[in-house]
Amino acid sequence: MAAAFAIVVSILFHGLANAMILYIIAVGLSVTLGLMGFVNLAHGMFAAAGGYVAVSLMGAGVPFAAAVILAALAVAAASVPLERLLYARLYGAGELEQVLFTIGLIFVSIAIAKYLYGPLAQPFIAPAALTGQIDLGFRSFPTYRALLIVVGFAIIVALWLTIERTRFGAKVRAAVDNRRMAQSLGIHTDRLFTLTFALGSGLAALGGAIGAEILPITPSYALEHLVYVLIVVAVGGLGSLRGPFYAALLLGISDTACKYLVPELGAFFIFAAILLILLWRPHGLFGRV
Amino acid sequence: MVALPRGGEPSPVEQLVRRDRLRWYELLPWIVALAAFFLLPDYLELGTRVLNTLLFALSLDLILGYAGIVTLGHAAFFGLGAYTAGILGARGWSEPISGLIAAGGLAGLLGLVSGVVILRTRGLTLLMLTLAILFMLQEAANKAGFLTGGADGLQGVTIDPILGVFSFDLFGRTAYLYCLIVLFLGWFLARRIVHSPFGRSLTGIRENVVRMHAIGADVRRRLITIYTIAAAMAGVAGGLLAQTTQFAALSWVSFEMSGAILIMLILGGSGRLYGAFIGVPLYMILQDVLSRLDPAYWFGWIGVLLIAVVMFARGGILGLGDRLLTALRRRA
Repeated sequence: MAAAFAIVVSILFHGLANAMILYIIAVGLSVTLGLMGFVNLAHGMFAAAGGYVAVSLMGAGVPFAAAVILAALAVAAASVPLERLLYARLYGAGELEQVLFTIGLIFVSIAIAKYLYGPLAQPFIAPAALTGQIDLGFRSFPTYRALLIVVGFAIIVALWLTIERTRFGAKVRAAVDNRRMAQSLGIHTDRLFTLTFALGSGLAALGGAIGAEILPITPSYALEHLVYVLIVVAVGGLGSLRGPFYAALLLGISDTACKYLVPELGAFFIFAAILLILLWRPHGLFGRV
Repeated sequence: MVALPRGGEPSPVEQLVRRDRLRWYELLPWIVALAAFFLLPDYLELGTRVLNTLLFALSLDLILGYAGIVTLGHAAFFGLGAYTAGILGARGWSEPISGLIAAGGLAGLLGLVSGVVILRTRGLTLLMLTLAILFMLQEAANKAGFLTGGADGLQGVTIDPILGVFSFDLFGRTAYLYCLIVLFLGWFLARRIVHSPFGRSLTGIRENVVRMHAIGADVRRRLITIYTIAAAMAGVAGGLLAQTTQFAALSWVSFEMSGAILIMLILGGSGRLYGAFIGVPLYMILQDVLSRLDPAYWFGWIGVLLIAVVMFARGGILGLGDRLLTALRRRA
């Protein structure tokens, strides 16, 4: 009984840490998809970029927290010209063009990452204070992952407050609901989209950097984790903040449970479950029809 | 009723017949393929692979180019066909043609079942569903090691001589001609479909679903039909590859495979039956050359090419050719 309880707690803990990373990486994609309907398969490359920049900064002696934040800001800034010069040209294009363009971007980003950093996964070195175990009374947990969960929640709360309580957030919500109407009310949706895109990319970079222990930073990061990011968005529902969170929870915990309890089945059940959920609710669990 | 010609103008029926008539340049690919067989005996292995992939790309063109179904999971059918033919061959059923029929049949069945289920959705959801089916199949092939060989791939496939006469030789001559004949049959079928009223209605669905609904076409049934046909054709292509290489790999049922075939088709130009004949050889030769020049980063160049095609050359190489021709004609 105690053993079963320990397993459940362990699955929940690691699943939760997983879910936090997935959500922080994927939420930007949900908002941009809901806003412009742009199928950006290359979203994961921002997360990888965040990881790489953070590793480089730490290599240059920048402390961990500063490196992560700087990486997120740098990637957010770099995503603006990318969005203006390349993405913006395809907003009116069909889904197929967007898919192909972003697959091309993934290939290019893999080649660049390989050129700059080599083919191996980047070593993730958490600061000494964060390694080891933390004792929570009834049992101990890895400190870094516990912190990940806390920081993840903090980021999510900040994000939700931004979208629900600020003027910028109100504009984003208005534009997701009805872009034309928002435009005719004088909301500058193009600029709004660039800002949202940068915010989403920056968040992805943040998730990639702090989650490097769970999702190792390799050149093919964007390709390897593409499916998980897409699942979170599609199952959660486009343009929603809440939906992807529950989807990430579901995916993170069930993925951990599957790997823990029935490793011989692998991810088969996950994909079967996604199939069923999407057939039951084609617009995702919390998507607007 | 046959329409009568009016004052020298060809009648509408004649115009329709004329539009779908076989043209001389449609024979070019076959002449090239036969010439390659005799002139480039050292490249038959690559040639076999090209013919094989062509059939796969052609099947994708039917659903993507004509019916407008954007899928990232087409490799599921290719892989299912490959494993079906391969497992049959490894388990003692070595007759190639029945093995190919089984590969196509099973893949077609998966196409039918999955088509009925997923083709009611659109956009990102459809994309995700095609991906989910692909990954389920990949996981199944990965984990059912006793049947498929798992991550090591399927070994020990033996294939009997075709029709009991033509055995697969060391130089790959039989394999090349075998693929060429199957590709020809596939092309013939695809051409008939595309020029039939059913094929025209698919183009209508791609261009304007709402209007097709409005004129009373059963859109969903048409989509399911073409999805099934394309799946079976992809299965045959996979079966061919497994039979000619006597192997089946997990990477054939992967996202990368789906992406690559999509890129090849787009490179040549989709929705025109001959885009595959340009894009597939071009991609495979380019891959061959680039991976020798720049083994670590060749796919980066493919990515650049893909972005360039999307940005500047929608419609692929054939689309570019079209535009060039119209420009020249206007000048003349």
